[in-house]
Amino acid sequence: MWQYEKKLQYPVKIKNPNPKIAQIVISQFGGPDGELGAAMRYLSQRYSMPYDELRAILTDIGTEELAHMEMISAMVYQLTRNLSPEEIKRAGFDKYFVDHTTAVYPIAAASLPWRAEYIGVKGDVITDLHEDLAADATTAKEQPPFQKARKPLI
Amino acid sequence: MDDRMMLTRRIHALDFALLEVALFLDTNPCNEQAMCKRRQLMEQRDALIAAYEEQFCPYMVTKADVEGDRWSWVQGPWPWEYGKEC
Repeated sequence: MWQYEKKLQYPVKIKNPNPKIAQIVISQFGGPDGELGAAMRYLSQRYSMPYDELRAILTDIGTEELAHMEMISAMVYQLTRNLSPEEIKRAGFDKYFVDHTTAVYPIAAASLPWRAEYIGVKGDVITDLHEDLAADATTAKEQPPFQKARKPLI
Repeated sequence: MDDRMMLTRRIHALDFALLEVALFLDTNPCNEQAMCKRRQLMEQRDALIAAYEEQFCPYMVTKADVEGDRWSWVQGPWPWEYGKEC
């Protein structure tokens, strides 16, 4: 089962709201290569793994992906605060806003809601691990700007 | 950087190190060095968390308690709120 620690894995403090960027960043939450998919993939695959080590690592990484999902959601939340109707229209954010206002909805930048078809859970250890390798490579491709911005915590 | 933020940053850094060691141990469960490192990190972390909870707010719901007449877990700020940190 899960517990929650009242913190973000890494702090999110976005000074300047920007709904245009929010519409792109949201893909890292609910898009095909986003953190929600990653969490569901690993947490679903672990049941049919034949080795304890794999059950453990898929559980722990899947849990960490939920923490990543939380950071992305926090970014979207902060990027869309204090917006005027003009700013919303100008950024093209009105299409998302009409259905979700400034709530954080699991969706891709191209406006497709998250779907389980994004993940592969086959029950064969080699197949599932290959799915994980492919998935993590796509996550790495989406992230270079975030990696560059990373500073040491202490 | 104020006390609370300093403490928070140090705890988070230890949390991250602990998580990484745990992930390593998941696929190397008999590695003595890693287990020793984990024990070290846990001691440091437990001490800092005790200090944090005494001064500020509960870290996890299982350790949360009533403060005055109020269930302290609900106390904001929540982590995604801008400009604040718990």
